[in-house]
Amino acid sequence: MKRQTLLLAGGLFFLLALVRWITDNPDLTSSGTFSTTLRLAVPIGLAALGGLYAERAGIVNIGLEGMMILGSWFGAWGAWQYGPWWGVAIGVAGGAAAGLLHATATVTFGVDHIISGVAIITLAGGITRYLSVEVYEGVQGGGATQSPRVEGVGTLDVPILAGGDLFGWSSPDVLGWIEDKSWLFISDLAGLLRGFTNNLSYLTLIALLLVPFTWWLLWRTVFGLRLRSSGENPTGADSLGVPVYRMRYAAVLISGGLAGLAGAFLAIEAAGIYRQGQTGGRGFIGLAAMIFGNWMPFGAAAGAGLFGFADALQLRDRPAVHALLLFVALAALLYAAVLLKQGKTRAAVVTAGLGVLVGAWYFTSDKVPPEFIQATPYVITLLVLCIASQRLRPPAYDGKPWRKGQVE
Amino acid sequence: MQRLTVPLLRLLAPVAAVLFALFVSGLVLKASGNDPIEAFQLMWEFGTTEQSIASIIDRSVPLYLSGIAFAIAFKMGLFNIGVEGQYTIAAVMAAFVGASVNLPPVLHVGLILVVAMVTGMIWGAIPGVLKVTRGVSEVISTIMLNFIAVSLVSYLLANHFLDRADDTLNLQTEKIPESGWFPDLVKLGPNATVGGFVLVAVLVGAIYYVVIWRTRFGFDLRASGLNPLAARASGVSSNSMIVKGMMLSGAVAGLVGMSTLLGFSHNYGLDFATGLGFAGITVALLGRNNPIGIAIGALLLAFLDRSSQILDLEDIAKEIVVIMEGVIVLSVVIAYELVQRVIERQQRRLIGEDVPPPEPPETPAMEPVGAPA
Repeated sequence: MKRQTLLLAGGLFFLLALVRWITDNPDLTSSGTFSTTLRLAVPIGLAALGGLYAERAGIVNIGLEGMMILGSWFGAWGAWQYGPWWGVAIGVAGGAAAGLLHATATVTFGVDHIISGVAIITLAGGITRYLSVEVYEGVQGGGATQSPRVEGVGTLDVPILAGGDLFGWSSPDVLGWIEDKSWLFISDLAGLLRGFTNNLSYLTLIALLLVPFTWWLLWRTVFGLRLRSSGENPTGADSLGVPVYRMRYAAVLISGGLAGLAGAFLAIEAAGIYRQGQTGGRGFIGLAAMIFGNWMPFGAAAGAGLFGFADALQLRDRPAVHALLLFVALAALLYAAVLLKQGKTRAAVVTAGLGVLVGAWYFTSDKVPPEFIQATPYVITLLVLCIASQRLRPPAYDGKPWRKGQVE
Repeated sequence: MQRLTVPLLRLLAPVAAVLFALFVSGLVLKASGNDPIEAFQLMWEFGTTEQSIASIIDRSVPLYLSGIAFAIAFKMGLFNIGVEGQYTIAAVMAAFVGASVNLPPVLHVGLILVVAMVTGMIWGAIPGVLKVTRGVSEVISTIMLNFIAVSLVSYLLANHFLDRADDTLNLQTEKIPESGWFPDLVKLGPNATVGGFVLVAVLVGAIYYVVIWRTRFGFDLRASGLNPLAARASGVSSNSMIVKGMMLSGAVAGLVGMSTLLGFSHNYGLDFATGLGFAGITVALLGRNNPIGIAIGALLLAFLDRSSQILDLEDIAKEIVVIMEGVIVLSVVIAYELVQRVIERQQRRLIGEDVPPPEPPETPAMEPVGAPA
């Protein structure tokens, strides 16, 4: 299974490289694109991890968006007052505070998870809007809807690979050199790697490390086992002495903290300023990425990367998005061939038909309306849910009300 | 005695929640160096002028319709978070169709309303169909469809529905001719006119009550919401109820933007009201999905919205009312939950004391009798 996934990812990347080579559009796989992808994917991925912790413990958290809003406001405020790292910490605290509220409402008072989440989104919007007027208005560079500019936590270039300094010696930029050669696949791979090694924010590094850490914490420790059992079968877990309420509180607090970190990243690193409406529904996309990734950390990260990539192409280079149509068409045709070999004729015909349609779109147009690209993450999520809903497996007790001692 | 305390307790919950929200926002005001008593006084004085009352009634209309739309789906156990997208896309379609035809007055308005309702219904049916055929949770699909609606609307506006004759840089549709406007209802005073759409809202509320509580369809709908298994056992197809419920909810959602479109703006532009869908959830929760309750909730939110306008003149951030709304909705759901537990405990105690059991519980969500606390 693991090897299959890797092969699939490699194959798709090769296809992307091929499309880059055919359409002669270097931005499709340039290090700049991947660097932007990473920057856009980090907040989505952090929100997705946040959703993962909560839902693994059985609490649906659509309040992620609200927690992210709080994270972005408090992150910028902290960074403005005390410097970037304090900003990160205060942003995390802001998100976690909303997480505590969500946990109190859902775990202690048994309020429906969706309703509590919606309430938290409303509340977070109100708090930040009020505070902006009270705190930022009249301040140099600030206003009723935005904070003064703040400094980021800093970035690094990995030495030798991406030309970073090593003890004062400016090392060669090996990946950059390969990337410039436009060799099929090899240069594309170099672009991908350089995107991860060049101009890398320390906060991005932390976010990347949080993915394997989450996997380890949830699947390799006693804490993780207890947390997940609270989401799979709380009554059973309770009978074995697992403190279900406490596990759920912990999970939702972590969830809020991660969403807060996502917001702080947006304000401090990605934009260098807090703006009203900055999160732009990324909390919801995070939730979508988590579902896309089948409630698993690496899957969620992959989902975040995919959504970030679509966003990055749109921001950097519209023609590249048009070239992407060819990629989608080819991928659909290949997938149809696989389906045909498996004997699923009907699915194969439908997929092939879709591929031909997208291909026709590619050859008969020369650009994709930007609004369609904006909608891509949401359409992909809906498609994934429709196609794979039989294979997706959420935690068994996700979102259901549970009270200690209840009769099943 | 029992019969009296239960409704009283239920009434107490929202009142307590509003008072608690006043208290919290008072604290916030105090902490940020404002005088809460003065602020609330100002709001009350400004909010009760003739002009404000007219404005509050007008503002409450879309909130009410949005609340009803959410409540219809909620009655059958579905979360229609997608009212936001449904009314947005309905408004742009209605504005476009309304501006491109010329009809006699009543027909014109009728056509616009039908277009809005049908568009909302179609957009609302998608999550229903996806849930029934593919098992996709309507919470996620409606959220996704909200974003897709935003993109679709800006695409349509920029490429197909744009008013080319308009030489300003505003992205907006053409004005609907006067035959497609909704007449005003009454004039309360100078500059204080109440739009006629409030009658439509009242009508929708009445239909909502009759259909949900007085028809077979409504019974089936509520039954599938309360206990899908039992409903299916008694011959109700839960699949078709899900799709119908979402379509009905979407159709009402389609009307949300109509009071603005037909009464004031007469076209759809990028400055068209947003966020009414989410506000409708608050309103429905406050009113416990009851048609009168939703009306009170809508009026309360509209009052807060309008009366807060005065605060800016006094150098207090009017956004304080958004905090107030957030606290109200969170505390009201917690309060209802607590009341529910108190009622359950009372009923259990009554049974325990060997008193003849009370009448069938009004609250279906009750736990099995005798469950340990």
